[in-house]
This record gives sequence, structure tokens and C-alpha cells, in this order.
Amino acid sequence: MAGADKQPVVVTDAGPLNGVLSSLLTWVDQRFPMMTLWRGHMSEYYAPKNFNFWYYFGSLATVVLVLQIVTGIFLTMHYKPDAAQAFASVEYIMRDVPGGWLIRYLHSTGASAFFIVVYLHMFRGLLYGSYRKPRELIWLFGMLIYLCLMAEAFFGYLLPWGQMSYWGAQVIVNLFDALPVIGPDLSTWIRGDYVVSDATLNRFFAFHVIAIPLVLVGLVAAHIMALHEVGSNNPDGIEIKKRLDPKTGHPVDGIPFHPYYTIGKDLFGMMVFLVVFAVILFFMPEMGGYFLEYNNFIPADPLKTPPHIAPVWYFTPYYSVLRAVTEDFMWVLALMLIAYAVLVIRTARKPAVRVATASVSVVLLAGFFAFEPKVWGVVLMGAATLVFFLLPWLDRSPVKSIRYKGVLCKAALALFVVAFVILGYLGTLAVTEGRTLAAQFFTLVYFAFFLLMPWYTRMDKTKPEPGRVTG
Amino acid sequence: MRSAAARLATLLTCMLLALPHAAFASESIKLDRLPAEVGPNDPASLQRGVQVFVNYCLSCHSANYMRYNRLADLGLTDGQILDNLVFTGAKAGDLMKTAMDAKDAKEWFGTPPPDLTVIARSRSSSAGSGADWLYSYLRGFYRDPSRSSGWNNTVFPNVGMPHVLWQLQGEQVLKTEVQMIPVGSKGDVEKREVHKLVLAKPGAMKPAEYDRMVADLVNYLFYMSEPARSTRVQLGIYVLLFLGVLLVLSYLVKNEYWKDIH
Repeated sequence: MAGADKQPVVVTDAGPLNGVLSSLLTWVDQRFPMMTLWRGHMSEYYAPKNFNFWYYFGSLATVVLVLQIVTGIFLTMHYKPDAAQAFASVEYIMRDVPGGWLIRYLHSTGASAFFIVVYLHMFRGLLYGSYRKPRELIWLFGMLIYLCLMAEAFFGYLLPWGQMSYWGAQVIVNLFDALPVIGPDLSTWIRGDYVVSDATLNRFFAFHVIAIPLVLVGLVAAHIMALHEVGSNNPDGIEIKKRLDPKTGHPVDGIPFHPYYTIGKDLFGMMVFLVVFAVILFFMPEMGGYFLEYNNFIPADPLKTPPHIAPVWYFTPYYSVLRAVTEDFMWVLALMLIAYAVLVIRTARKPAVRVATASVSVVLLAGFFAFEPKVWGVVLMGAATLVFFLLPWLDRSPVKSIRYKGVLCKAALALFVVAFVILGYLGTLAVTEGRTLAAQFFTLVYFAFFLLMPWYTRMDKTKPEPGRVTG
Repeated sequence: MRSAAARLATLLTCMLLALPHAAFASESIKLDRLPAEVGPNDPASLQRGVQVFVNYCLSCHSANYMRYNRLADLGLTDGQILDNLVFTGAKAGDLMKTAMDAKDAKEWFGTPPPDLTVIARSRSSSAGSGADWLYSYLRGFYRDPSRSSGWNNTVFPNVGMPHVLWQLQGEQVLKTEVQMIPVGSKGDVEKREVHKLVLAKPGAMKPAEYDRMVADLVNYLFYMSEPARSTRVQLGIYVLLFLGVLLVLSYLVKNEYWKDIH
């Protein structure tokens, strides 16, 4: 294929302009692999023809990424990362900068939209087993993107310098305080001060506008390159590369990504997305206090703690997990850990796994009593985000797609979604005894989905996968 | 098979949609709604409102992010603004600053009066919009000798602010009635205290006039919290019409490309 790339581009219906264009293209192509890239990633990248609704959110995430970068550049031109001026500069953008309000709302609505499309994109992966071999690296890159996105959102949320910006950052940075030995120094190091202050705002600004976006864009490139190397999964979870057309050598169930998915489907998906996005942006930019919290229209005041501090909605599931860990819950966790260790030791085939499980559990159990529950709240919250990384190795089902999985897997996924949404909802509310109990229960459900996966996916009664995609 | 995914999707969507309604449901203050007849498209109401604002509010509160000449939105010229609404020697392009010193304010009221530029946004909650809150608050002052200012408020208990509009509204007092409310079907009753504001001394305005004036003022405060609001809504309609056309076109393009894929 590489030899053919250097051929002159064939243009049908050659007019004088086309002649110039094609010779220009040839000139470039002899110096840069433009047509190779175009063919490899667009016109000759064969994607399964049976993509459904859930397959829109990858391209939509790219759309939102571009939107956030472009609007972010314009906001940076007018925003002042200075504790004395930050709040005023945002209002300046909303009032005095021509079109500033639109750019700001695009960016603030875009932040929430980013998480909506990414959560749906991840859910697609869970539905159809897109993390399974040979796509483990795509999943890992994707999870790193998700972590970056959370960091990006966290740093960015301080910048408007409202009460929620300030106290949200204070609460999250103080979490590091809980870590044994290094905690206090670590949190001071992150803030650059003993409290969240101008120094914190300046460094968060640096992370938000350059450090994290650079990493994010690099990871997106890696995510897509890995995807195009192994090819896309599909709702049937079967490999289309296994059935090639003997004449063309292309997958019989594959169609060129361009134009069928680019201007064919994804353009349409983008329009539907933009309509929904525009309705929120123009008619309800605060989204009932979820996208722009009401308290954040009060300038940050280090001396006045708001009665109820809630992170923005996309963090609330993890915030719930953090708050679920109470002194009593530590006993439940200890019991669960012992039960889980027994399960692993009884079913593991390799002696090394058994020894490792036993020793890790003993260390953890000792830790449960050596350190405060607060520490374990932070650990559990971290684990709730990081446990996604293990998915490719936890799922032992002989099939990838939910279509051919049995009732156990379907029930587990449904329970997980319910737990995630309810934890998210509870995270927006102030704590009460009943809500803490609910959060504790759904925290267990959340982790059970992942940690019991090796067993229930193997026990599950699956259906045979079809040879060809079913549309 | 496919329906499992579809059902999960429906469940997820329902839960996401239910969220905004359930948010912050714990707050229980009942707010009066800002009357529907005042609104952002009523420049006369907004002009009356800004007049009350500069006369009664701006002496203690600032509106530090709002420029005087932005009032052109209400149909006012720079000359009209300078002649009628500026008392501090500010220029038309200046921000609406207060003459009061923040240090003095803290000494006098216990806390400096908050900036009012975006107050109508920050006071929003599940109980009502920020405008509803302000409309209820400014009509909720009553005499309370236990407070150093002599005033208290039903919406914002123990507020530091005295009732600056009392000469217009008159003096209200808080009457507490004990009511017996039937509970269940067995004839049980529950004792419940009901608080009621009663006008004890009438002011310069009749209650309906006062409510109307407060509505104009709140209408202005609501406008000031986001001057671009009307532009936003107007532009939104055009953007949606434009996107609607593109949506149809992209749908046709999709069908055209996909008609030969089976």
C-alpha cells in the first residue's frame, strides 16, 4: 500500500482548476503522508456498518473538545487569574466583552456536555464490551482521558472565583490532608498556601489552560490511533476483520468511515446534539443550578463557609462514595474485604494469587484500624474512579456484547447504572442518616459490579455470537 | 438483546431528567412569585425600577459590575442617565459604585452590604427564582425590638439590613396564630403555628402601590443580573431555526449516503 501512496492523485473530470489542485496535492504528498493519513483514518478505515445510537458519543466528545479549546482561548483573552479581579473579570466578560456572554455560556455548558457525552461513551463501552481484547489499550487511554477531564474540570471550576469555586476547591484539596504522614505537606504544596488563595488560583489557571489540555489532546490522539489500529467494536461484539471480501480484502461488514460515518451519520448526530445544547445554552444556561451553581454568583469569601457545599454534578457519584465511609461503615468494609478475600483464595488457581490476596487483605485490614475512616473515604473515592482501568481483565464472559450475555450480566450492568445515578443524586444533597445509609448500600453495589465480575461473567449463560453483524 | 440496551437507556434518561426537579428539595421557605405583569420586555417598569434602585439601594449597596451607560438597554440616553440617575459625579461609562465605605458599613450593620449586580442570580434556589426571593424579601420586613436595627425579616431571619423602604410601606408586625389542622381520617388534629405579616402603621403608599414598586425594583435587579438575557433568548430562537434547517439537511444527506448500505 505504501508504494501506491506516492502515485499522482487521480482526479476525474479534470478542469484547469482541478489540474492545479491535483498537482498541488501530489507535491504535498511527495513530502508529507497526507493521502496515506486520509486513507488510513478516513476513506479506507473500515468501520462496522451496524453502529447504533450509542456510537455517536465518541465523535461528539471530539466536537465538545474542540468547542472547549476554542471558547477557552477567547475566554483567556479577557479573564484575569487574580483573586482580586477574577470574579469581576467573569462579569466583565458577561457584560462588556462583545459576545462574551455567549463564549462563556458555550464554555460552561460545554463543560457539563463533555461529561454527559463521555459518560454515555463509556456506557457504550460497558454495553458492548469495547474494552475487551484486543481493545484494552483503547480503554486505558480512554480512562486516562476521563481522569484528565476530571482534573481539567476541577481546576477550571476554581477560576470564576465564586463561593462554590472556592469552597469546592478547599474541600477537595483538604482531602489530601487526610493522607497519613505526607498529607498536610502535600495539600499545602498543591495550594501553594495554607488556604486556597491567589497562589492557588494562579497555578490552577496554568493547569487548566495549558498543562492538562496538552496531555488531553495527546491522549485523544493515542486513543484514536489505537482504535484505528485494531478497528472499531460494534453492537454485536464480533470482529469484522475475521470476514474479508476475497476480492477487495476489506471486511464484508465494514464500510468506509468517510463518508458513511463522517458526513453520513456523525454530522446528523452533531446537529441533534447542537439542538439540545443550544436549548440549554440559550434558554436555561444555569440548568436549574446544576451547570452553574447559584452560590457561585457570590464572590469567594474565605471567611464565610457556605452551609452546604456540593461539587458540580459530574463529580457527585464519587463525592457520595467519599461521604459514605463512616466509622460504622468501616466494619462493613472489613467484613466485605474478608468475604472477598475468601472468595478469591478459594477460587484462584495459582498459589501466588492466593498468597498475594491473603497478604494484601491482612495489610488492608490492619490499615482499616490504624487510620481514620476519613483516609479510607479518600482511598475508596480514588478506587471508585480507578477501578474502571481493570475492566478488560475483570470481564471473563465468552462474548463481548450485552446482546449475547445472559441475565446475570444484564442485571449487574443495570444495577451499576442505578447505583451510579443514585450516588450522583445523593452527592448533590446535604447528608442525613437515611441518605448516608443509601449511599453506603449503593457504594457496595458500585464496587460489587467490578469486583465480582470475574465470577458472574463466567457463571452467566450466554447466547452464541452470530458470524455476521445483525444490523 | 437490543431491547436490554434500549431499556437501560430509557432508565438512564428518566433518572437524568428527574434530577433538576429534585435538587435542593430540602429548603422550605415559601416565596411569593414576582407578578407576571412586570418583565424584561417592559422598559417603563425597568426605568421605574432603576430609579428606586439609585435612590434607595445604591447609597449602601454597590453594583460594581454594572456600568451606568448599559442602561441604554432600557431606552435611556447618556444625558438622561447622567441627569436623573447619577448622584455621585460618576461618568456615564463608570461602574455603579456605592459612596459608602466598606469599613463603616461593617461597623454599622455587622457585615458589609453585598454587591447587588448579580444578587438576583445568587438568590435562586428550588424555592423560586432569585427574583421571587427578592420580591418576598423586600415585602417581608417587620418590627422586631429585639434586633439592633429594630427590624427583622420573614425571608432572611435576623438580617443586618434595616427596612429602608419603611416610610413607603409602613410598619408591619408578625402575628402568630395557633391553628388546629386535621391530620388523617380519625379526627386527630395537629397544632401548627402560622405566622402572618400585618400592616400595623400605614406608610406613604397603599399596599398594592408598594408591591408594584417592589416588583419594578426587582424587575430591574433581575435585568441587571444578566443584561444580555433578552439578547440571549432572542438569538437562541434564530440559532435553533438555523440548526433546525441544518438538522433536516444533514438527515437527508445521511439517508442519501446510507440508502445503498444494507
